[in-house]
Parts: sequence; structure tokens; C-alpha cells
Amino acid sequence: MDLKEKLVSSFLAFEHKETLDLDSNVHQIRTKAIKNFELTGFPSKKDEEWKYTSLKSLLKNDFDIFPVTKEPVGFKNVRKYLINEIESYKLIFVDGVFSSFLSDTTHDECDVCVLSSALTRPKYKMVIDNYFNTIAKENNSFSELNTAFAKEGAFINIPKNTVLQKPIQIIHFSTGSEKEVMLQPRNLIVVGENSHAQIIERHQNISKNTTLTNSVTEIFVHTRAIVDFYKIQDDTKDSSLIDSTFVSQKQQSVASVHTFSFGGGIIRNNLEFNHEGEHITSNLHGISILNDKQHVDNHTLVNHKTPNCESHELYKGIYANKSTGVFNGKVIVQQEAQKTNAFQQNNNILIDDGATINAKPQLEIFADDVKCSHGCTIGQLDESALFYMQSRGIPKKEAKALLLFAFGNDVVEKIKIPQLKTRITKLIAKNLGVDLEFEL
Amino acid sequence: MLSIKNLHANINDKEILKGINLEIKPGEVHAIMGPNGSGKSTLSSVIAGKEDYVVTKGSIVLNGEDLENLAPEEIAHKGVFLSFQYPVEIPGVTVTNFIKTAINESRKAKGQEELPAKDMLKLIREKADLLEINRKFLSRSLNEGFSGGEKKRNEIFQMAMLEPKLAILDETDSGLDIDALKIVANGVNKLKSDDNAVVVITHYQRLLDYIVPDFVHVLYNGKIVKSGGKDLALELEKKGYDWLK
Repeated sequence: MDLKEKLVSSFLAFEHKETLDLDSNVHQIRTKAIKNFELTGFPSKKDEEWKYTSLKSLLKNDFDIFPVTKEPVGFKNVRKYLINEIESYKLIFVDGVFSSFLSDTTHDECDVCVLSSALTRPKYKMVIDNYFNTIAKENNSFSELNTAFAKEGAFINIPKNTVLQKPIQIIHFSTGSEKEVMLQPRNLIVVGENSHAQIIERHQNISKNTTLTNSVTEIFVHTRAIVDFYKIQDDTKDSSLIDSTFVSQKQQSVASVHTFSFGGGIIRNNLEFNHEGEHITSNLHGISILNDKQHVDNHTLVNHKTPNCESHELYKGIYANKSTGVFNGKVIVQQEAQKTNAFQQNNNILIDDGATINAKPQLEIFADDVKCSHGCTIGQLDESALFYMQSRGIPKKEAKALLLFAFGNDVVEKIKIPQLKTRITKLIAKNLGVDLEFEL
Repeated sequence: MLSIKNLHANINDKEILKGINLEIKPGEVHAIMGPNGSGKSTLSSVIAGKEDYVVTKGSIVLNGEDLENLAPEEIAHKGVFLSFQYPVEIPGVTVTNFIKTAINESRKAKGQEELPAKDMLKLIREKADLLEINRKFLSRSLNEGFSGGEKKRNEIFQMAMLEPKLAILDETDSGLDIDALKIVANGVNKLKSDDNAVVVITHYQRLLDYIVPDFVHVLYNGKIVKSGGKDLALELEKKGYDWLK
């Protein structure tokens, strides 16, 4: 039985095993989603959107779809993956199950809790009915698959006029002591009018097992709200991640998604922004630093449907050894979206001969009074700059790192949480194999 | 201090240096002059350890140590400084952070502790003043968008910070107006002592009015064809190089 068949047949077991809200609207959505998935199945390299990312060998694994945690996970096991230097709300899941012991939730000024409870409590029915699976794409088979099995993940509901004083950390750990594990976390985030939220998300395998995480996040940003979302992807080489994040923005809101991809098996990020109002700002920032045979595929879409909005996209990539990067950045400016400012930039450095980047900027512009630009560069480390630095006494390895730090610096500079910036800087140093802390 | 014997060097299998002999003692200033393509910049790059060049014969010995097979940073740690003809632009790295990193890497190589931030700052200010460098300039990206004069002044500022035993100034005068030239030359003269040596590579006599050499060598077709005192530079200025060929 292949993975698709296994998943489809597991749906019945899922319905029976879990104490699910079987007569709810959500369950109708799930039922429809599994049918969609059954029709489409997993994408292959024949799909234009998956041309450069092959899932063939990954999907051959006999994944455990309902993993069970064998050994309890304590704080000491996961401490280093958390940013402890700041006070924060924490939503921590182990093998798809919420760990109240490791988490720090709230229902005071806002709801920072879990989807499973939101799905079953009448109090949240309105929110769920209004938002759940309304922007996740039906033609994305991974997203449909996630919807079919959606029952757990972060549920963040921030009412209007609320400025969160603490960031929220969402971390999904996998342990899976015996078998390959498949996880399907589902996050729903609603940020009300004039509210601010900062969210840090991480997926982390703490075992030696092969893990496939198929994650879906829907983010709703209301009028004048500000949301900063940081994705830390620094997992083990046997951990693959398919992340689909959908952002819907109302007028005058500002939403920024920062993606830091430093490691893992195959990482695919689908990131989509939809505009539902005027004077919206969307920021898409990413940096990938890859080694060995790692693969990161960033697929982004900014859909400008309304006038007077802007989007700023900046993705940088540093590829060593036999690593592969894909950047596919699509910007659509629809006919109604006059006075759009859309900027896209993608810069890549290939360190070794075996490294590859497939970069594809796609701009589809149907309005005539817009400012749009895109730039894409692929280069190597500047040898003359290296010699210059070496001649001043900086060893080659450190000189390389300094050049690469400088290259990625404008993405790191966008981080608004200082402690997170320090953490990311350290992760970059670790990935470049140096013990330096540059303050650029 | 520096002893170069019968030095032959190739780039891409083409022989550029064809038997150079040069002896430099502490406290001396040497000028190397010569027409374009004679091998002046190659000589400085080879001394600094640039990997593109292959030494096929001969030796470069600094204070008793053979520099062959040393990486450029190791040569720098032994006290050689090369001021570039075309300093490289490094976007995203400020002048201050670059020089901090360079100083601390040199100290690390010598088994010394990093220089405390306070002392570093004091040193940077002191040396910046010496070269009449504006403080704001120090927080700009290294050489990015600098004028020709700013780049060269920044080179000598780095030299002042690193306090080399042997400084090689490769066409430091090119791209400088007369005021900048005076500032740069003045900086070099102030750094000069009985313990260090300076090699000035130049096309023109002009710089040598300010940095007065003890010896002048003429490099032609990969060899030193004539050596003399500072008067040789004046003679070259008048007669050109043709009479030496």
C-alpha cells in the first residue's frame, strides 16, 4: 500500500479513533478535503509547481500517521530549541499532541491555546466557522491532506486593540522512537483590528527518525493590525517539511513572514499573501543557508487585488556542497490593483561547484499604473575580496563567513525581536562553521 | 628583514617574475618603479601570498622565515601589510568591524587575548585622527562608494592599526589629489620607525617627494634592471624608462 492509499484508508480510522466533532462544519470540510486529496494525490515533478523538488523517495517511507510518544519529553530535552531569554507564550506539541506541561497559554487578554479545544468549544464556533480553511488552497494537495486530518495545532485569537507584550512560540517536536513519523499540524491565527502579534514557529525532530511534517497555517490580519511571523527551519537531515502558510490582510495592515532555512531534508515553503483592502503592506523575507544534500524550495505568491498596496520580497540563499535551492516568486497585480508597489529581490551565492539554485521570478501585471521590480542574482564568493581580507590577517574561513554574514545581513536586520536576532546570528555562524559573533 | 633571492613566479603558466633579488633592512624605505606590466604588482601579490601565483624558483624570507606555502593571513600575522592598488569593496561590513576582526584575528594567531572594546575604540580614534578620517566614515561599509582618495586613506588607516613590520604600498598615489597625497604620505612617515620597513611601488616620482626612499629599484620585464639612491627616481622622471631597456 502506498502512502496515498494508506492515508485515505486511515481517514476512517481517524474518524473512529479520535473523539471528533463528527457532525460539525469542520468535519464536512475534512470529508471534502480527503476526497479532493484522493482525486489529486501527491504532486510529482511533472507538476510545474514541483518541477525542481522531487518527493519520490521521501514518500516511499512507511510513515506512522498516528504516532505515539514512547518516552515522555521533559523541559531539559527541548530547552535548547526554545528562546528562553524572553518571556513568551508557548504552544508546544510533541508528536502532534499538545503538551500542557511544556506550554504557557493564556485566555486573558487574548486566546493563545490549541485548535483541538477551539474546535469543540461552542465559544469559538463563530471564529472557526468564519476562518477555518477559508484561505488554504483547495488545489494544494498537501494543504487538502492537512485539512482532512486537521485537529491539532496553535489557535491564536487576538481581539481588537490588543498589543501582545510577549511573543508567542509555537514548536512542534517529533520523537517517534520506532518508525518514520508523519505529522500534520494545523495553525489558525486571527489578529483583530489595531492589534499586534509576534509569532515564532519551529518544527524540530528530537529523534534520529525520518519525519515528514505537513504543516498548514492560516493567518488573518485585520484592519491596521501588525503581525510578524518568524519561521525557524533548522532540523535534522532526516526531517522534511512541507509548509503552507496563507495570509489574508485587511486594509492598512502590515504582515511580515520571515523564513530562516538552515537545515533539514527536503523543505518546501508555500507562502501566499492575499489582499482584502487598500494600503496594505506585505513583507516576505527569507534566508537559506544549506549544506550537504539539503534542499529548500521557496514558493511565494503575492496576490495584489486591491489598489494602493505594497509588497516587499527579499530572499537570499547560500548554497554549499551538493545542496539545492529553489526560488519561485510569483507576484500578481490584478487590473483593479492600481498604484501597487511590488518589489522582489532574490540573491544567491553558490559556494561549491555541486550546489544548485533554480530561481524563477514571475510577475504577472494587469494594471497599468504600478511600480514593480524584480532582481535575481546568482554569484560566487568574490575571490579578490577574500584575498583582500586574508592579507589583513583574517583567515580564509572567517573571511568567507564575514562575507556571507554581510550578504545575509539585510534579511537578519529585519528581525524585530533582539533575542531572536541573536539566536539567528548564532545559527548562521554555526551553519557557516565559524565561532564568530559579528555585529554588522 | 626581507630577503628575496632569484624569485621566479608564474600566473597561468606565464612567467611574470624572472629572477628578482632584493634585500630590505629595518628602517629602510625602498621604492620600486617601472613601466606598466613590468611585474610590480605581481611582486607585491607574491610577497603577500596570493594563491593565483606560483613561485617556481627562488625564495622570499622574512626575518629568517620562508614565506613559501604560507597562506596570506599567515604572512599578514608575521607582519607584512599590502596596501592595495584597488582596495576591494565589501558591502555590509563596516570599516570598524572589519578592522576589529583583523586585529583580533592577528592577536588570536599570536596567542594573545582579544583587544578590549574600549582600547580598540581608543586606538581606532587615534589612528583615524592621524589620517584625518571623519568618524562617520568608520561606520560605512568597507570601501563601498568611497572615492579613490578615501579608499587609499582607509588603506593607510588599516596599516596604522595593524602596525606591520613590512608595509608594501602598491600605487598608493594613484587616484589621489595633492592634498590627499600629503595626508597619506604624512601618515606613512609618522608610522615609520627604525624597526619597520616600507616598500613603495609607484609609476611616478611625485609620491617620493613626500615619502623619501633610501633605495630606488627599476623593475623591467620581471627583473630589477637598475638600483640606486633617491636621485634615480628623479632621473627616471626626466628620461623615462627607455634608456634602461
